[in-house]
Amino acid sequence: MSSVAHRRSSALIVLSTGFVVLWLVIAAFPFLWTLWGSFKVQGDFFSRADWMNAIWGTRTAVETGGPFTGAGYEGAWIEKGFWRAALNTLIVVFFTVVISLTLGTLGGYALARSGYRYAFWLLMLALVFRAMPHITLVSGYLLPFFEWNLWGYKTTAIIVLVAINQPFTLWMLHSFFLNIPKDLDESAMVDGCTRFQAFRHVIIPVMWPGVVTTGLFSFLLAYNDFAVTAMLLSRENQTMVPAIAGFLGSTFEEGNVMFAVAAVVSATAPLFVLIVFFQRQIVSGLTAGAVKG
Amino acid sequence: MPHRTFLWFILPSLLAMILFIALPIGSVLVQSLYVEHEQVLIETETCGPFGCTPSVSVDQNATRALREAQPLGRFNGLRTYTDRNHLAFAEVAAAWSGSDGWVDFGGRLMNLPFYKALAFTLAYTFIVTPFVIILGLAIALAVNGLPRMLKGPTIFVSLLPMIVTPLVGSLILFWMIDADGIIGATLQRLTGNSDLSLKASPALTWLTLFLYGIWSSSPFAFIVFYAGLQTVPGETLEAAQIDGATRWQRVRYVTIPYMAPLVVFILLIQLMDNFRVFEAIVGLSAQANASSLSILIYSDLRGDVAQFGSAAATSMMTIIGVAILLTPVLIRTWRDFNRKRV
Repeated sequence: MSSVAHRRSSALIVLSTGFVVLWLVIAAFPFLWTLWGSFKVQGDFFSRADWMNAIWGTRTAVETGGPFTGAGYEGAWIEKGFWRAALNTLIVVFFTVVISLTLGTLGGYALARSGYRYAFWLLMLALVFRAMPHITLVSGYLLPFFEWNLWGYKTTAIIVLVAINQPFTLWMLHSFFLNIPKDLDESAMVDGCTRFQAFRHVIIPVMWPGVVTTGLFSFLLAYNDFAVTAMLLSRENQTMVPAIAGFLGSTFEEGNVMFAVAAVVSATAPLFVLIVFFQRQIVSGLTAGAVKG
Repeated sequence: MPHRTFLWFILPSLLAMILFIALPIGSVLVQSLYVEHEQVLIETETCGPFGCTPSVSVDQNATRALREAQPLGRFNGLRTYTDRNHLAFAEVAAAWSGSDGWVDFGGRLMNLPFYKALAFTLAYTFIVTPFVIILGLAIALAVNGLPRMLKGPTIFVSLLPMIVTPLVGSLILFWMIDADGIIGATLQRLTGNSDLSLKASPALTWLTLFLYGIWSSSPFAFIVFYAGLQTVPGETLEAAQIDGATRWQRVRYVTIPYMAPLVVFILLIQLMDNFRVFEAIVGLSAQANASSLSILIYSDLRGDVAQFGSAAATSMMTIIGVAILLTPVLIRTWRDFNRKRV
């Protein structure tokens, strides 16, 4: 770091540090503000008089007797049954990730090891499929699912999410498998393994970093999805994101906005924890496709 | 790898994609050629003391029976594509002949739902994408100069806007720009205009959506560029400095050329993602002032009676749009692939 190329003038240091600080405020402030505000009453979070009220909790103290209130969380989780949506999310996301990874590892491995032209075409096809807006696919599903009575079930949503996830999963795992030397499984096959045995005993033990990273992104895709879950799930099977959108329809009653705010904070918390534990994998996953070309 | 083994490995994944991505595209194509049945009308004569008058009423049972028997509706050919809610040939022709000048013509086009949505989608795609790339590169350069121990926490915070659920992120922004929210109230105070609302005027709504797009996508560009910066060789930078290059010249002529392939990658991903702008408009409740192609499909499907034909026609045109967007990339990749083989 002490080489000449890295020495900077102090004005530049101030400027670039200021820029980073500004960016950090822009990136983080909305979340901190909403987290803080979710423990207030509506009169404070949407304060007609002065937004400083949201910080001190003036109305909250008047209405509930303390500077913080859990009323929003209580209303959302218990009164409005948000716990059910959370449970549905857990089920849908868990199965989507597990199935996506299972199919994706097999397919990605095959694509990485086949030198034929059709493997390239399949990857290109996957790229085109990845670009399809999800809502256009949903408009294709909706009528057949109504007709065949498949609409509304968690299983349907899981299968659809797995399929929509596949192009991305294939690409990512394909590039991870390219990094595992060919000699590894080929020498196992010389020793008499079949292709599947080589995959099972040689590749699976070394593929976990790639699978974990891909799994994180499958998780994000399923967890953050709105188009599929909002259109394909019946009311009792709804996951968190459409449930939050559902709260907004009923915001005319005083206090219901705070239910939505509390639900939003609750839905963001798992993502926050995810970054805390998997920051390194997320960063490496984002750059996997790019830096290696 | 032999063909047969390859097939067995890829089969489950391929099957999922064919069944739930390729077939739905076919299903969209078929649906777009059909339109919902009209209501079955029956004519009855009511006779009173002053003679008989024919009256027409809707036969609810017959309508329901017909809709159940043929859920797809009746064949309509390409007429759904050309009606007022889609390409609106008749209305465009009328606007063309009746308008004086381009501005007026544009204004009339913006009254047609499809063109309004298309205009916003394209504006969003082509305004947000370059800003994301520039801002991402700027953040990456600035963060790269930070002391090592500060980099981790900075990246952690930067990831938040990108990783948060799009609907949730836009809702958070929506509450903050509310007239009683922190940004909305502060803006009113700063401008001294107590009627100022970011939600009311189309121009400000568009601006808000663009800013949201830049806020939520810049971290992606930042991370990719940041990783790329680690691969720029220090010797080259040092050599450039010894040759008398200023700091800006080093960035311009050494660092940025190293970033060029990354720009292509980010451009591709961003064009794909921004073209389907959807959740942000729902979260910001901006449907009145800004609609995208995805929003048109969503509201067709969400209406009291789902309009499958109309939604499917918009979907088909969206898919064609995606294809046009991707063509340059596909051609380029195809050329690279052939060059590698030779």
